[in-house]
Amino acid sequence: MQKILTWVDERFPLTATYKAHLAEYFAPKNFNFWYYFGSLALLVLVIQIVSGIFLTMNYKPDANLAFASVEYIMRDVPYGWLIRYVHSTGASAFFVVVYLHMFRGLLYGSYRKPRELIWVFGVLIYLVLMGEAFFGYLLPWGQMSFWGAQVIVNLFAAVPIIGEDLSIWIRGDYVISDATLNRFFAFHVIALPLVLIGLIAAHLVALHEVGSNNPDGIDIKKHKDPVTHRPLDGIPFHPYYTVKDILGVVVFLIVFSAIVFFAPEMGGYFLEYNNFIPADPLKTPEHIAPVWYFTPYYAILRAIPPVLGSQFPGVAAMGVAVLIFLALPWLDRSPVRSIRYRGPKFKIALTLFVISFIWLGVLGVLPSTPARTVIAQVLTVVYFAFFFLMPWYTKNDTTKPVPERVTDK
Amino acid sequence: MKKLLFLLLAWPLAATAASTALKLDRAPVNIHDQESLQRGAAVFVNYCLSCHSAGYMRYSRLTDIGLTEAQIKDNLLYAADKPGELMTVAMRTKEAKEWFGAAPPDLTVITRSRGADWVYTYLRGFYRDDSRPTGWNNTVFDKVGMPHALQDLQGHMMPVMHETVGEDGKPHQAIERLVLDKPGRLTPAEYDALVADLVNYLAWMGEPAKAERMNTGVGVILFLSLFFIVAFYLKKEFWKDVH
Amino acid sequence: MSEMTVDNSKRRFLVAMSSAVGGVAALGAAIPFVGSMMPSARALAAGAPVEVDLSKIEPGMKLDVEWRGKPVWVVRRTPEMLGLLAKHDDRLTDPASEVPQQPDYCKNPNRSIKPEIFVVVGICTHLGCAPTFRKEVGPADLGADWPGGWFCPCHGSRFDLAARVFNGSPAPTNLVVPPHKYLSDSMVLIGEDQA
Repeated sequence: MQKILTWVDERFPLTATYKAHLAEYFAPKNFNFWYYFGSLALLVLVIQIVSGIFLTMNYKPDANLAFASVEYIMRDVPYGWLIRYVHSTGASAFFVVVYLHMFRGLLYGSYRKPRELIWVFGVLIYLVLMGEAFFGYLLPWGQMSFWGAQVIVNLFAAVPIIGEDLSIWIRGDYVISDATLNRFFAFHVIALPLVLIGLIAAHLVALHEVGSNNPDGIDIKKHKDPVTHRPLDGIPFHPYYTVKDILGVVVFLIVFSAIVFFAPEMGGYFLEYNNFIPADPLKTPEHIAPVWYFTPYYAILRAIPPVLGSQFPGVAAMGVAVLIFLALPWLDRSPVRSIRYRGPKFKIALTLFVISFIWLGVLGVLPSTPARTVIAQVLTVVYFAFFFLMPWYTKNDTTKPVPERVTDK
Repeated sequence: MKKLLFLLLAWPLAATAASTALKLDRAPVNIHDQESLQRGAAVFVNYCLSCHSAGYMRYSRLTDIGLTEAQIKDNLLYAADKPGELMTVAMRTKEAKEWFGAAPPDLTVITRSRGADWVYTYLRGFYRDDSRPTGWNNTVFDKVGMPHALQDLQGHMMPVMHETVGEDGKPHQAIERLVLDKPGRLTPAEYDALVADLVNYLAWMGEPAKAERMNTGVGVILFLSLFFIVAFYLKKEFWKDVH
Repeated sequence: MSEMTVDNSKRRFLVAMSSAVGGVAALGAAIPFVGSMMPSARALAAGAPVEVDLSKIEPGMKLDVEWRGKPVWVVRRTPEMLGLLAKHDDRLTDPASEVPQQPDYCKNPNRSIKPEIFVVVGICTHLGCAPTFRKEVGPADLGADWPGGWFCPCHGSRFDLAARVFNGSPAPTNLVVPPHKYLSDSMVLIGEDQA
């Protein structure tokens, strides 16, 4: 065994990689609940790739066959129903986990120097994930698939001058059609997954280069054992965080299985009722709402009134609402990273931001009424204020002194 | 502070409270009641399958509700030769469009989009309306294109109107309830029971794997609970090192 | 970190337990994925047993039916044809059908349930071509000793009227007799074993 290992190590850095990323990757010992979601996101990625591969074996990306092939998977393919529910639940689970993972970053300032690139790669992962979810949602070719794609692609038509041509180019037709379905399938099963995996690799390489942040937001590399040169507040990822993450994975799988086996539709939020009706280009459903993970942005889109008859400001606001996360490392001017040592201004700002995000999400699901539009507008202002005012409220906040060593555990 | 947070979380609720929804009767669905499902399957094949297809459903799947292949073949195969075939329908889409204005929708997953309660209310909500080309209208589906396919069973219902004040403040004529005008072959109670069986069948057909899904789920979660206990002690043991 | 109080046997036990439970979990998770690659209900329905009405087959004639996408021949052999079957055992590779190319109930000289009705999958056991039915005795191209049977045009394999392969053919074994059973005197069901 040792011989084989030596043979491999002379040709490939197997032991070195294992040490660098697991056995001798020192992570802060004070990780809390919020630190489970990174490894869980990786787990969901694997779940989605595996279940996706097996769905692809029976799915047909053809406007005449797609809906029937999904029902074929649900009924005729052995365990097809399970694989499909795992994939549809996995899509929502991916966003749950990623949103919580991002929130962790906001809480403890994980995007601050020197982790700006980790955050930037992370936001790009989030962007690609949104694309992946959007392309994938067309594939069942139900009414919501069709009209959801119709609405989103038409957003591109709002871009001045080139908009109309742009949306036709995206669709490959004048309406969402077989050509659109076929290319969305290609994007969903190969193009974006490749980009996604590349970005995740970059995210992890960057993380392991600078080391993990922690709930205290302090640098554990400042205090090292004089003999071993190991951080005093660090513990090897393996075995400590592997066993901890296994526990997290099992808890996650219990929740995940509970949804897959007992509530795969999740009250119409994970699988929408209208999507059990085959796509009909001549009949719009009464109420179109995107899947829940897009609704905060959809609410922002609807909240911005058209200017000179153009929807473009709304579309642009929606785009900015997502892309502004990229600027976060440079907007935050606080001397401390973690919320534990920040002052009341940041705490209030973050609370308001989370509330606005959640409520925009709720409003995005509901049909719009004048009253709701006003609320959405207020919430949109709050959403953007969190970012645009950040340089000021973080700078003159009353922060608490940061400890030298990590506090709990 | 907590109270303030709660208020902040809840304030948009006032504006987003649910709007008026159609009042639906609760469908007594029980996909484990095989006798009901079998009766429902018979009604479906006899009354629905002549115009509506269930094009993703194989007759042979009816073995899941306790029928044998021989029973399926002898009693239910009118429109197909083999139990392995799909529940398709001979009527062509074009003809159907001429007759009903729209092609009758496929019913395989109808309860998954409409909900069992809607279908249950719908099938019991037909009433005579001479202004309609078919002579029929429906309480939950106004100006429905479909005639009352079960009229010889239910008989003819007539609406009892009453006046209400609508959201616009003006008086409206609305249907208060339906009364039996011309009895059918079944009593109202028998008819309700028949529709209940049919809707139960439709709900089952929407997702035939549901019972298997639930059963598998119990096993999976029990197993994962065991895994949790092991993983919990594993973590606890290793983390004794960390101070 | 202190290594003082480590109970190594407990750790080994817990690691072993976790690995075992995790292994079971991995196996369990593999079941649906591996299982989904088995034939679906559609494939099973398409491959369902096929009924054949024997009354339509004249003596000496062959009927082609499709079962699981494969050609199946049903031949009503005449008494003369059956008579010839026993006369060339010495020229056959497997005259007694020792190789299990047929259900047990067809392991007899006629390779059939009823002697005259012969059911066989029409795919050459050499490389999968479809042999041609040559029932005439001693034609010029096949030689005077040809007792009637099947000749594969691809590589010249020869089979008698019980689809047993002649010595010297590239085909290694007799043709396959599919499972079949009689529903009545004139109805045979191909694809299901007789009880």
